[in-house]
Amino acid sequence: MPEGLLIKGGRVLDPASNLDEICDVFIKEGKVRKIARNINLSYSELIDASDKIVIPGLIDMHVHLREPGREDEETIESGSRAAARGGFTTVCCMPNTDPPIDDPSLVKFIYEQAKSKGVVEVLPVATITKNREGEELSPMGRLKEAGAIAFSDDGSWVTNSALMRRALEYVKMLSLPIISHCEDKSLSAEGVMNEGYFSTVNGLAGIPREAEEVAIFRDLALAKMTDSSLHLAHVSTANSVRLIRKAKNTGIKVTAEVTPHHLAISDEGITDFNTNTKVNPPFRGKEDIELLKESLRDNTIDVIATDHAPHTVEEKERDYEEAPFGVIGLETALSLVLREVVEKKVLSLMQAIARLTVNPARILGIDRGEIREEVKANITIFDPGKSWLVREEEFLSQSSNSPFLGWKLPGKVEWTIIGGKVVYRSEK
Amino acid sequence: MNFNRKDLLGIESLTKEEILFILETAKSFREVLDRPIKKVPTLRGKTVVNLFFESSTRTRMSFELAEKRLSADILNFSASTSSSTKGETLLDTARNILAMKVDCFVLRHSTPGTPHLLAKKLPVSIINAGDGAHEHPTQALLDLYTIREKKGKIEGLKIAIVGDIAHSRVARSNIWGMCKLGAKVRVCGPPTLIPPLVEKMGVEVFYSLEDALTGVDIVMMLRIQKERQNKGFLPSNSEYIDFFSLNEEKLNLAQPDVLVMHPGPVNRGIELPARIADGEKSIILDQVTNGVAVRMAVLYLLLAKR
Repeated sequence: MPEGLLIKGGRVLDPASNLDEICDVFIKEGKVRKIARNINLSYSELIDASDKIVIPGLIDMHVHLREPGREDEETIESGSRAAARGGFTTVCCMPNTDPPIDDPSLVKFIYEQAKSKGVVEVLPVATITKNREGEELSPMGRLKEAGAIAFSDDGSWVTNSALMRRALEYVKMLSLPIISHCEDKSLSAEGVMNEGYFSTVNGLAGIPREAEEVAIFRDLALAKMTDSSLHLAHVSTANSVRLIRKAKNTGIKVTAEVTPHHLAISDEGITDFNTNTKVNPPFRGKEDIELLKESLRDNTIDVIATDHAPHTVEEKERDYEEAPFGVIGLETALSLVLREVVEKKVLSLMQAIARLTVNPARILGIDRGEIREEVKANITIFDPGKSWLVREEEFLSQSSNSPFLGWKLPGKVEWTIIGGKVVYRSEK
Repeated sequence: MNFNRKDLLGIESLTKEEILFILETAKSFREVLDRPIKKVPTLRGKTVVNLFFESSTRTRMSFELAEKRLSADILNFSASTSSSTKGETLLDTARNILAMKVDCFVLRHSTPGTPHLLAKKLPVSIINAGDGAHEHPTQALLDLYTIREKKGKIEGLKIAIVGDIAHSRVARSNIWGMCKLGAKVRVCGPPTLIPPLVEKMGVEVFYSLEDALTGVDIVMMLRIQKERQNKGFLPSNSEYIDFFSLNEEKLNLAQPDVLVMHPGPVNRGIELPARIADGEKSIILDQVTNGVAVRMAVLYLLLAKR
């Protein structure tokens, strides 16, 4: 009885090894066993990948799966199905749940849910501070032993500078990154959209760019002071990019991410008070988008991550001030990267895929994000020639709060494979 | 001209022609108000709901009177008696009222975009009676009407809008309307109350009231909210008065035939003294009278043919 999965005739693209060739990939017992042209081994399952692109399974280091606490918005099960549809094989879920992930038992709970109901690999991020309150350090050592992959108080900035300093120092013995949500809430205050001409016209309170930049500046200073690793979540402004670029040039151990939605939409697009445009950080100006793209080119920003933030229709049907911040992103991310980054010639396809695979893997220190012999076969296959319409009813996420509803996007994920097992197959 | 809109959400989206058409239509309704019998049957059988989630005396009474003069049936709903305190959303409230078969909502709400939300989701006419700091289109229309009535034109006039521009829907709607009709608009106030990049709306920004008033044909004073002081926008109300309150000396810098406007309610002694509010240059009460006519015109244009 032959065994194994043969992916035949696809364009195999692996940024880690700089491979870009039409060839076959043979998978057996969960791992990639051979990458070559015209593999002639017996198999039990065949995928004809001609005219398709075969890439490492995508990694999203910033998602909100809402479990435990807000299972009406998303669960590990639904969120991981959405991830698979988007071509993601590994996602890191943020700990701003209810209760927050600040205890080893909660880290284990995430793993158990992911194992029994999840479709993709789910790696929990634990809090920096107890109850995410910014007052005392969470038990970081024990959280790591339980399986935490990083630490973040995402949704809140650790405003106490001394505490943030201790957190950055302490994680050095754990070799895990701190992910900082940079926002000085005294500046963002009641704001609901980017502060500028369009907030003026709409009569909505603005969130100035400086709310992010002030926070980034402090965190970079503390990363330098402690010589520790800092990862900056969802960078959104031109001056943030300039600060990070300068910090990297002076040897500070900082990495950063940008979301696909911040690359695609500017505050000019907020004209009809559609609450699916309400997101934090807010959609910024066109000049910010330009610099964010430039920052991908010069590696100032290392990673593209979605900040997938599901909210129910009931919540998003409220008015612009009441509606919660956040948009979903897992199922549109790859297509948006193709549209905003590859088609607009910001990056080559290879470089773009690196920011969704090997780059986050390296920051997280995980053995993922590559197609390599003897490595776990997490693979995504997409059709670059197929475009699709973003439709509310097709989301596998439990929520549909996407600003891209009705957009036609390029590139369709056809197969998502984890450990040699197909976990998602598109309908025709 | 064909006025074919379902809703009146703001002045920003209106063309110059549409604004002028509404103002011309208002003229005939203004004449009705001087008749001994001030009622016409135009909207008989139509039901208008005044949905006010923010306190208002003037605007609400003005709408109510306009609706009554047009013979519409009226439902009044205000936040204090509403179910909004019981957790019902705006949209739910509106959908429930709509199920009783009404034709129009006049909405006042503290959040920008709420009339747009209803307009998108409901098949009936929505009139924005003020949404947060965003727009207050009927106020701007009555202001434009009053200026035209007194000055015969708007094009080429120099107009200063003074006060808390940042939090003012009246300022925004008037800026759009005045600029579309060819006025030269100045805004004036302390920098903390001037919203970012407001000059891109087509206005000139002044921090000095004296400079702003020099040579203007119209000065519109805005109400200053008392709570601005607590939120750190102003050192104190008395300091505001020192710098931004109108007096005769400052008013002398304007054209000799300058007219003083205020959307009300006036904080007498803060934005301007009673002497000026009640003085011969003031057209504040004309604004109030014309408000009824302009709102009749808007209701007629949106509802009569539907």
